[in-house]
Amino acid sequence: MQGKCGLFFTSYPGEAQLFPSGFQKLMIGLFLLVLLAAPAVLNVYLTSVMNLIFIAVIGAVSLNLLTGVCGQISLGHGAFIGVGAYAAGQCTLHGVPFPLAILTAGAVTALVGMVFGVPSLRLKGIYLAIATLAAQLVLEYVFLHGGELTGGSNGLLLDSPSLFGFSFDTDARMYYLLFFFAAASLLMVSNIMRTKFGRAFVSIRDFYLSAEIVGVNLFQYKLAAFGLSSFLAGVAGGLWAHYTGYVSAEQFNIGLSISYLAMIIIGGLGSVLGSVFGAVFITVLPEVLNVLANGLGAYMPEISQHIVALREGVFGLVLILFLIYEPEGLAHRWRLVKAYWKLYPFAH
Amino acid sequence: MEYYLQLIVNGLVVGGIYSLVALGFVIIYKATKVVNFAQGELVMAGAYVCFALTVQFHIPFIWAFLLTLAFSVLLGFAIERMVLRPLIGEEHISVIMVTVGMSSVLKSLVQLFWGTQIRVYPQVLPSEPIVIAGLPVAPVYIAAFGLSVVLFAIFSAFFKYSRTGIAMRATAFDQQAAQSMGIGIKNIFAMSWCIACIVSAVGGVILGNINGINAQLGHLGLKVFPAVILGGLDSLLGAALGGLIIGVLENVCDGAARELLGLGGFREVAAFIILVVILMIKPYGLFGTKEIERV
Repeated sequence: MQGKCGLFFTSYPGEAQLFPSGFQKLMIGLFLLVLLAAPAVLNVYLTSVMNLIFIAVIGAVSLNLLTGVCGQISLGHGAFIGVGAYAAGQCTLHGVPFPLAILTAGAVTALVGMVFGVPSLRLKGIYLAIATLAAQLVLEYVFLHGGELTGGSNGLLLDSPSLFGFSFDTDARMYYLLFFFAAASLLMVSNIMRTKFGRAFVSIRDFYLSAEIVGVNLFQYKLAAFGLSSFLAGVAGGLWAHYTGYVSAEQFNIGLSISYLAMIIIGGLGSVLGSVFGAVFITVLPEVLNVLANGLGAYMPEISQHIVALREGVFGLVLILFLIYEPEGLAHRWRLVKAYWKLYPFAH
Repeated sequence: MEYYLQLIVNGLVVGGIYSLVALGFVIIYKATKVVNFAQGELVMAGAYVCFALTVQFHIPFIWAFLLTLAFSVLLGFAIERMVLRPLIGEEHISVIMVTVGMSSVLKSLVQLFWGTQIRVYPQVLPSEPIVIAGLPVAPVYIAAFGLSVVLFAIFSAFFKYSRTGIAMRATAFDQQAAQSMGIGIKNIFAMSWCIACIVSAVGGVILGNINGINAQLGHLGLKVFPAVILGGLDSLLGAALGGLIIGVLENVCDGAARELLGLGGFREVAAFIILVVILMIKPYGLFGTKEIERV
């Protein structure tokens, strides 16, 4: 691990720490404090944007574990999140307590993800991408025609989650719940990446044949990647369903899968921090566009009709520009900025 | 029986259009190893340009059609030069996502210019159905099918006999070897995008004549994947047959599900269920090249 100047490790446990330097811990602690205090300052709209960001962070970090770390391209992540949403919704509708419902949603989604991960043993790269695209469309069909289980085209209506009689019925209350889950997911994925699993995933991504030669059981670990990633996707779905109070099939279409892929590419493939950057970027982008369109609307009234089309076009353009000019993502840019200040005023 | 025969004939017609779109997909994949998720949007772009030229600028259909082809050539060059060339040699996921981004941009441009409502082409062919073997078929369907066959024949011959076609095949087989034999790889890449755009535009114009066009036309691109996987990602014959087979299977499955199980909308997923089965049994498709890896 690359440390700060003057930071020397004298023991193996010291080197294996998640946050090796005191300064790093201090900064993260301060950042967490700011986040905890935020709902007191932010208005309802900004709090709701933050809540969406937290959910997106969980989804993005789970996809990054599968696609960024293990190299298994998934175009079906949106549908996996949908599976979690429906599973959690059905649980709470049947009176299962909220935390248990979220865990069940994760478990169900992990199972579904592993079923759709089975082809990954025989398929890779583009073929796997197309197989997961099939998973996405098949699941979408099931959502829409699932009868009682999914509510068909009516979807499911849910209440706000409650814990021991305490109801998370406002955006600010939801904020703390989602904040907890987002932080826990980030911690979980950071730690998975430091274990045997994480190293096996990276070796499969880098070259599957050498991974197999050094004794990584490809099938087992690819399935594990699908399972772990889908578990978190299910959690994200369950939280989203209970936050919006409504589950319907069109929320979990191919567009959602694509925007999650966009998040991890813009943030940085295989980087936990990158997932956060990407989630923030892609969630905030449409809101910024809305604000801009409202501002311009005063001068050009016809722009409001085109806002949907514009939003999609800007999304595509941003994606293309990032891939061409910043292929390593925002996480890489962040590392460069940090290195710049570490070395300042010397360039090398 | 009559019901299923009608389903098969309709499937063949839709399949002919899938074949055309798949043809564009395969040409790009064959020469550049790029998987193009914007194939449906290229179809849409061609369809809308031709529509604008005939209806809004009142240009006779045949000239509008030729102008659309010229536009497609320019579009192909622009896409290759601006979007794909900077990404040569990047990973699968980057290249896939750049075509996804491109599809968003194309879709948004079409919506900005023409809105989302359905637009209908002026009648070019007579609407009186022709009866073939007891089944009525609209002339436009026959024209669509015929055009697919002709284009397929042209491109097969092009790849087999022309210098450029052979150079394109050589590039697909081994880029470095082709380059060292004096083939300009970049021109080949640009050329394959142009051809793919032309083929897609033809598909778009045909579709416009059949059903009219709207901003959802891009979804057609997704239907191409089952067709090309069945045929094999890098086989022209595979694209043609795959398109037809998927068109027929999809229509028959949809009809059967409707009649026997009372399920609606099965058309949307039938092709993808078939796709998963194909991938499990024969991942390289019917005519695809099986890649052999050695360490």
